[in-house]
Amino acid sequence: MAQSPHPIFEVQATQKLGRRYRDRSGRPRCQRLVTQFSLCRGLALLFLVLLCAAPHTTVRAQEPPYFVTYSEALEEPGNLEVAQKGTTGSPKDANAFYSATLELEYGAKAWWTTELYLQGQATANDSTIFTGFRWENRFRVLPTEHAINPVLYIEYEDVNGADKSVLEVTGHDSIADFQGRNAASRGDISRTMEGKLILSSNPKGWNVSENWIMEKDMMGGAWEFGYAVGASRPFALAAASRACTFCRQNFSAGAEVYGGLATVHDFGFHDTSQYAGPTAYFNIPHGPTLGFSPQFGLNDNSAGVLWRLKISYEIQQFRDLFSKKEAQ
Amino acid sequence: MRNSRTLWIALILLSIPTAALVAADNSWLSKVPSTDRQRVNPYAGQPEAIAAGNVLFEENCAKCHGSDAEGRHRRPSLRSERVARATDGELAWLLRNGSLRKGMPTWSSLPEPERWQLIAFLRSLPRDGPPAATVSHP
Repeated sequence: MAQSPHPIFEVQATQKLGRRYRDRSGRPRCQRLVTQFSLCRGLALLFLVLLCAAPHTTVRAQEPPYFVTYSEALEEPGNLEVAQKGTTGSPKDANAFYSATLELEYGAKAWWTTELYLQGQATANDSTIFTGFRWENRFRVLPTEHAINPVLYIEYEDVNGADKSVLEVTGHDSIADFQGRNAASRGDISRTMEGKLILSSNPKGWNVSENWIMEKDMMGGAWEFGYAVGASRPFALAAASRACTFCRQNFSAGAEVYGGLATVHDFGFHDTSQYAGPTAYFNIPHGPTLGFSPQFGLNDNSAGVLWRLKISYEIQQFRDLFSKKEAQ
Repeated sequence: MRNSRTLWIALILLSIPTAALVAADNSWLSKVPSTDRQRVNPYAGQPEAIAAGNVLFEENCAKCHGSDAEGRHRRPSLRSERVARATDGELAWLLRNGSLRKGMPTWSSLPEPERWQLIAFLRSLPRDGPPAATVSHP
């Protein structure tokens, strides 16, 4: 069995031992962990229920294969995409973890997509906890396509310090964020407003996207900055003449680079973490989209490797489920 | 004199929403640059491309426009006279840019050859008429 990463955490854990097995209400702490574990299972169950509730679904995700970088692709109006985004890793001096994020992405308008994230994580030799939620909105700025297409992104985050989803990297985010015990870091709650300027182009079948991120903790702290850049291309630009699962047009691959740019006081790469890695998506016709990416830390301040997995399912015209049927 | 001026003002006020409606109805067509309008579909009439377009249509378009392309839930028919009259270049422009205010998303993330395959398929559809069976292609 792996040992706790730092002796200091063991000391803290020992000091808290009396409290560790009982919470304030006197309920056994292990019961609370079971409740938290049930919460994560509940998220997975919700994912399955949403899939089962959509009898007439087809899938053809047109989004590029990125895990952190956003492109100009918005959800088609009326569609609901249900996705489970997982990140796992075993950073230096920290226990291995698996972070699960449930995404519910809805196309409110052709120019507006809104998305809710529910997040949790499980850490080996520690616990499984719910880490918070995010609500984001993306707005397409220009009504027609241009060489570079801007999209504005606004997000409200309510996550605690135990979050390990690494959905973006900003400020001085570092490997130390993975090293704390859940019991200690979950109390560090941040309520943050985040804005992104998404710039995206589609030259000759490629997608090239750049994101510029700025984030402000509403409870204090300096403006933090970050970036993400990605490029990708489908394996084939023209479709095959018959429906097939393993046709080249169902696969796309690319690469992305992202990291922090410190704060307004010390803008730059100093004491930031940086990642890069290849990404790949497989769109199963009339089925889910599967994504995979190993992402490598580029400096000592970053985790060695983050393995990312994604499974998403698009429920087309979800809103029609709630509208009156029309005679054709 | 005063009545005449009131009449003119009323006519102008009435014509604004009418013009707006007409403009909105054909708004995307009027925005297509002439260079785009004249573009030619490299896959026009090719059976392979039409079949591929059918696959793409089923995956991307059928849920809104119906698997028979006759429209559903107030989304327009793609067998209409208006679509039939549009040039390949105009349809290509619409697929690339969408008509965001009207709810038609941009499909610029689909590679351009796939968009041309879709247009080749749309061109193969019969025009609106009596209710037809589900479209099928070889």
